Amino acid sequence: MNLWEFFAIHRLEILEATLTHLFLVVVSMMIAILLGVPLGMFLVKRKVTRSAALGIASVLQTIPSLALFGFLIPLPFLGGIGTRTAVIALVLYALLPILRNTVVGLTNLDPAVLEAAEAMGMTESQILLKVRFPLGLSVILAGIRTATVITIGVATIAAAIGAGGLGTFIFRGVAMVSDAVILAGAIPAALLALAADAALGLVERKLRVD
Amino acid sequence: MNAKAEDHGEVTIAFRGVEYCVPTRVNAPILSQIDLEIAAGETVVLLGRSGSGKTTLLKLVNRLLRPTAGKILLKGKEVDALDPIRLRRGIGYVIQEGGLFPHYSVAENVGLVPGLEGWEAGRIAARVEEMMRLVGLEPGEFGRRKPRELSGGQRQRVGVARALAADPPILLMDEPFGALDPVTRAELQREFANLAKRLGKTIVFVTHDLREAMKLGSRIVLLAAGEIVADARLQDFLKTDHPEVRAFAASFEMENGARA
Repeated sequence: MNLWEFFAIHRLEILEATLTHLFLVVVSMMIAILLGVPLGMFLVKRKVTRSAALGIASVLQTIPSLALFGFLIPLPFLGGIGTRTAVIALVLYALLPILRNTVVGLTNLDPAVLEAAEAMGMTESQILLKVRFPLGLSVILAGIRTATVITIGVATIAAAIGAGGLGTFIFRGVAMVSDAVILAGAIPAALLALAADAALGLVERKLRVD
Repeated sequence: MNAKAEDHGEVTIAFRGVEYCVPTRVNAPILSQIDLEIAAGETVVLLGRSGSGKTTLLKLVNRLLRPTAGKILLKGKEVDALDPIRLRRGIGYVIQEGGLFPHYSVAENVGLVPGLEGWEAGRIAARVEEMMRLVGLEPGEFGRRKPRELSGGQRQRVGVARALAADPPILLMDEPFGALDPVTRAELQREFANLAKRLGKTIVFVTHDLREAMKLGSRIVLLAAGEIVADARLQDFLKTDHPEVRAFAASFEMENGARA
């Protein structure tokens, strides 16, 4: 069976897998953003904690994704088979780029601007919300963009622990030694990643202040 | 040789035995044995080479830095005992390159401190227009621009307007015209000297340029290696007998010679 025939016959199934995939990515990214951005804001003035947190996030990132899913399965409450475990693994993966870019975006600013803000009598929280955050927003968004693209890719592996998504076709195709079946999962995943990258890139450019 | 602040009025800023050093280099203080009194309405220029400690001295006034020994008094009250936020909102601050907020328009930059102080919108808008006219920027033309759409000289004007917006009695200026081209610098120096006379604020102005010091100050305090080595009224400064004064005077004459 060639690729187009497979796409035509299984289009509903592929659409459903794409939606499951998107669901995994969107939920994981929302959790990762809600954790990573506030954590990054919290770390702006805490240099020691900051390097510790970034270190932990980096270590998490180095665990091979398939192994991370495997490690999570036996854990009580967090682990098991299915969506919940997949979301946790994806959040852990997305955290590093978001956290790192938030910290960089909020701290790597023109020192003259920060000095002026302090000298004019702005409080720490005013400086964070009115100066650091708007000026660092495009860098934070760049981190979210990187994390989204990574998450769309890694989410294909979630199928290995029964969370569904486009990885289902990839695993099935590998088992069947069928390029057409693999591509039925890989092509939509690649298109999702490209679309997310382009869309978030557009928002990022809009928010850039120079 | 010392020009005493008491000569013409109430003391606004006083340094008493101030020392400042960074924790990692306790043996090499950035400032030591600083005793200095600045009177209300006076324009004092802190002159010195790079690394002489003049910027550090300035930052001690609005508590961006805190002295490691001695104390700084503001109208008789110790700076260290004051709330830093309240203190800073009552002191204008202008730095090189302006330190303008790039994401705010010119009007928003100028209206920043009044906004922090909770002024109502109408009063802020009126004050912003007044301040912009004061520094020679037409509010209608420049109010909505972002700092990146201004020339260096215009940015510096906005920096001055922003520092004056909440009408602080004290103005601290850290080489505000240092990054400008010579023509614009001379223009701003001339305008600012006139402005300073009209405003009657207490101004502390940091520079490494004797020519600028002579144009703006009524009194020059010379720093070298973290200590005050000369403190004199403008007309007496060059007569002061100190090697650092002579070094500055020599560079000044050389420049004058080159121009003649």
